[in-house]
Amino acid sequence: MITAEQKPIQEIMEYVRPYSRILLVGCNECVTVCAAGGRKEVGLLSSALQMAFMQEGKVLDVKEMTLERQCDPEYVEELAGSINQVEAVLSMACGCGVQEVARRFKEKPVYPALNTKFMGASERQGVWAERCQGCGDCVLGLTGGICPIARCSKRLLNGPCGGSSHGKCEINPDVDCAWQLIWDRLKALGLEKRYEDIAPAKDWRASRDGGPRRIIREDLAS
Amino acid sequence: MKTQSALEKVLAAGHLAVTSECGPPRGALPDKIKEKAELLRGYVDAINVTDNQTAMVRMSSFAACLFIGQMGLQPILQMVTRDRNRLAMQSDIIGAYAHGIDTMLCLTGDHPCFGDHPMAANVYDLDSIQFVQMVKIMRDEGKFQGGDEIQNPPKMFIGAAANPFGDPFELRVARLAKKVKAGADFIQTQCIYDLDRFEKWMEGVRDRGLDEKVSILAGVTPFKSVGMAKYMKNKVPGMSVPDELIKRMSGVPKDKQPEEGIKICVETMQRLKEVKGVRGFHLMAIEWEQKVPEIVERAGLHPRPLV
Ligand code: SF4
Ligand code: SF4
Repeated sequence: MITAEQKPIQEIMEYVRPYSRILLVGCNECVTVCAAGGRKEVGLLSSALQMAFMQEGKVLDVKEMTLERQCDPEYVEELAGSINQVEAVLSMACGCGVQEVARRFKEKPVYPALNTKFMGASERQGVWAERCQGCGDCVLGLTGGICPIARCSKRLLNGPCGGSSHGKCEINPDVDCAWQLIWDRLKALGLEKRYEDIAPAKDWRASRDGGPRRIIREDLAS
Repeated sequence: MKTQSALEKVLAAGHLAVTSECGPPRGALPDKIKEKAELLRGYVDAINVTDNQTAMVRMSSFAACLFIGQMGLQPILQMVTRDRNRLAMQSDIIGAYAHGIDTMLCLTGDHPCFGDHPMAANVYDLDSIQFVQMVKIMRDEGKFQGGDEIQNPPKMFIGAAANPFGDPFELRVARLAKKVKAGADFIQTQCIYDLDRFEKWMEGVRDRGLDEKVSILAGVTPFKSVGMAKYMKNKVPGMSVPDELIKRMSGVPKDKQPEEGIKICVETMQRLKEVKGVRGFHLMAIEWEQKVPEIVERAGLHPRPLV
């Protein structure tokens, strides 16, 4: 899923300070799962903003909505009925959702309430960790199902750097060394031999280095 | 001979090679690099010039190599993949070669979080193995990484690093094998303090015949003080410093510690000379270059051969 965290309340307040009526829009997908921008967080942020402005002697009118998916035009359309009643939109979706709202409602300022972080998985209750960088040419089949691009601090494709120590990465003892994990997994699978094949220089065009990416499915495209 | 490299010649003649290193200054101070390099004249076969070592901005290795080359000494261009993509690396390599630099060390480099620009984007377009492979293809096939032909391709004698003390240990020989397969001609190891572990690694290296395919230069660094020894042990990831050495350093008064550090270093080198497959030494006297001549002499490696 795409993970996100709420921005500092001060930053959000600066965005909405010029307005007295805003639409606060959550999303029911990833940001709900990582407890950053779902219905519940929309409610909490709404009260927090209203109270904070109240202390400054200002009344902020917040209309709350949470869409099924903010990155999908079909659901974003649901905002059409309310958009004219507000001066600005504050979005609690990931960056994709914020942009979809901005694209649909060109005359309305849209602000992000979250910092979108990474594509990751939940390690345990309340902890999410990065797992994929969307490099566009997945190598997990060669690395025992552990991503060297997202999880090795130097995105090394041919094995651990000299800084790998007791299973941890040189940058921080709280970070697992991806190559220790890969090696352990290759061993468990009896695929140690695979390690000695040289992974050639990666073609980063499939990643963001090739420019903004797009998928066109002829069979589905209208 | 693959190249004109002085280091290659020393190794090919069967001598134990000696290299050392100079860290370039943190400013436009040509005299600093010249002073450091001058201390090494006659005591080493070639001088590594570090590339933004520990991710701190310094004069570029390329520029500092030029000063050293102009002094009639032999520089080794170090290059890390952290700061440059493959375009920048290849253009610097042909530029360096055009200026007569014929030996280089291909590294990944410390993560930016260790340096003075932790906020910088890190590049890592290639890893060190892909880097070695690229330089070899440039030299032997005369082709850029992208496939186009190079006019007057750079003939680099290609070095890589090895850390026998990194984890997982069982992978460390395999990793060297990969570097050899990629085209490394020589290897400079991480500083060796833990001789037992180094010898165990070399055993694995010999078992696979890798010592016949690549020239391994054993890395050594003298301790200046017990503080430094402890720092190396506790703070440098992938470094192994046995407790006996810490004890030995703390057993002598502060003013005698530099001499004790040098003694340990010389003894280590003597023992390493006996290890089959060790083809020379890489002496990293960090900000202590003035001690290199003494260490080289005491280790019985002076005078250097004329090749
Ligand atoms: S290899 Fe690429 S696509 Fe696969 S998990 Fe890693 S970043 Fe994602
Ligand atoms: S310690 Fe492991 S995870 Fe960290 S940079 Fe080195 S190989 Fe990658």
